[in-house]
Amino acid sequence: MLIVKPQNFLLPAPLPLDCGRELRQVNLRYETVGTLAPDGSNAVLITHALSGDAHVCGRHTPEDPKPGWWDEMVGPGRAIDTDKYFVVCSNVLGSCAGSTGPRSVNPDTGNPYNLDFPVITIRDMVRAQHELMKHLGIRKFLSVVGGSMGGMQAMEWAINYPDQVDSVIPIATTSQLSPQSIAFDWVGREAIKNDPNWNDGNYSADHVPEGGLATARMLAHITYLSDESMSRKFGRELQDADSYSFDFRRDFAVESYLEHQGRRFVERFDANSYFYITRAMDYFDLAARAGGDLARAFAGTRAAFLVVSFSSDWLFPTAESRKIVRALLRNRLNVSFCEIQSAYGHDAFLLEADVLGPMLRDFLANRLEAQHA
Amino acid sequence: MPKSLYLDLRRRPDLKIISELVHPGSRVLDLGCGDGSFLQMLREKRNAEVLGLEIDQQEIAKCIANGVPVIQSDLDTDLDFAEDNSFDLVILSQTLQQMRRPDQLLRQIVRVGRRAAVSFINFGHFHCRFQVFFAGSMPRTTQIPYQWYNTPNIHLGTIRDFQHLCRHLDIRILQETPIGFSFPLLTAAWPNLFAVGCVFVLEKA
Repeated sequence: MLIVKPQNFLLPAPLPLDCGRELRQVNLRYETVGTLAPDGSNAVLITHALSGDAHVCGRHTPEDPKPGWWDEMVGPGRAIDTDKYFVVCSNVLGSCAGSTGPRSVNPDTGNPYNLDFPVITIRDMVRAQHELMKHLGIRKFLSVVGGSMGGMQAMEWAINYPDQVDSVIPIATTSQLSPQSIAFDWVGREAIKNDPNWNDGNYSADHVPEGGLATARMLAHITYLSDESMSRKFGRELQDADSYSFDFRRDFAVESYLEHQGRRFVERFDANSYFYITRAMDYFDLAARAGGDLARAFAGTRAAFLVVSFSSDWLFPTAESRKIVRALLRNRLNVSFCEIQSAYGHDAFLLEADVLGPMLRDFLANRLEAQHA
Repeated sequence: MPKSLYLDLRRRPDLKIISELVHPGSRVLDLGCGDGSFLQMLREKRNAEVLGLEIDQQEIAKCIANGVPVIQSDLDTDLDFAEDNSFDLVILSQTLQQMRRPDQLLRQIVRVGRRAAVSFINFGHFHCRFQVFFAGSMPRTTQIPYQWYNTPNIHLGTIRDFQHLCRHLDIRILQETPIGFSFPLLTAAWPNLFAVGCVFVLEKA
């Protein structure tokens, strides 16, 4: 059994942010698996999605009931083989799973930041990861791999640190958040704001806006599935009874499932972090920084790309990945693109390990071989 | 690293002809590249900068395993990503007959490539003509073994048809190399009757 230990890295200097402010005493929670090769060629950074954390694979203790969030893909003998690669995964800035975020204590006041925490961007998250990279003595990542918001970070790596990434694998992602996604984020945050415990983010640990956060999660969770996957998984099945209750308690299996997802999310996630991370995604727009021309955004990029989308993903649909591919090809970069047929919707990037795995394995193997050629 | 075996060029004389058209270091786009082994060969033997387009997910996975950059594409709709003259050579081997609109694809490939190499299957071959004439049924060949109702090859034509289409589209034929497995002299003299296929090199007029 693979046992991994969470570690902490306190940034040696204040972190400058896109909003113009800077953050002092930033901590990054991270985990590493595998061994960095003497020539440093085998480091792979995995970037996580909205609600993810640094615990990508293995278990923290032998009794740990659940492995890391991408254990099917990452580990000894897996597609991203930790016997072969030195895998790094860190919790993003602004999150609530060990890295500095809005619930962290502001060193200037001694109190939690809450909404005094500066609004951060995806590029800020990557800037913090770059500090971790230096700390770990890695000169170049063989690859930066991430799905959804992780894919956004991966692309930021290719743009901002072109000499320090050999390849990038953005999965089920987009170069800019669509108005539809911004709208979903807004409604989710509104649900939290309307929770009686919200108190403008200054809620106490025993009175968190859990109803609002659960509603936000349920809404978002629908966008991670597809009509087909919901039909297959739940149909119109009733949860407990054989007939309708004729009241408004949950009758349907799908209602029960969403309720369960909402409840589980509240146990592990913080409402303020939800605000900051969804905002970071709202602001994500690679083309906007290059005068609206996505191809120009990748002008200095040198990495090889493997772009992957999923046929039933309607949150970040294939057309968004095609836009990225087109922009990369305009820069004559080494690009591969595959739309994987799947019914799982956006969540497919976590579930389609059987199809996605071999592609990642082969792509990484070829990149590593090219390093040594 | 998983590596597919190189194509046996003796079995695909059209690809041998096309490979000789690739100048060292040139930029090559293969439409319908399959598992990418032909591009892999062009990269290693001709030092070409290669890109493949392919529609099938399993073939794409093989391209990735072969280290060949590949973009999932439907050739009937997805060629607009490429800028004018952005490739030295665009290859279309034995694929034109599967397109919904071969004429539109031909326009695209001479736009995207400085030159295009099209390997064309000739249904004017005497064997095909005999099947229609004597057996009274649609031709089936070893290259195209399908029945008329299940064939992916929806736009079959003859060498003469292809030449007419190029003229109609203002596409210049720079070179044509008929391929015959037997009767070399007859193939050279009457390609439309004796060639099983033909490699055309095209450019925009």
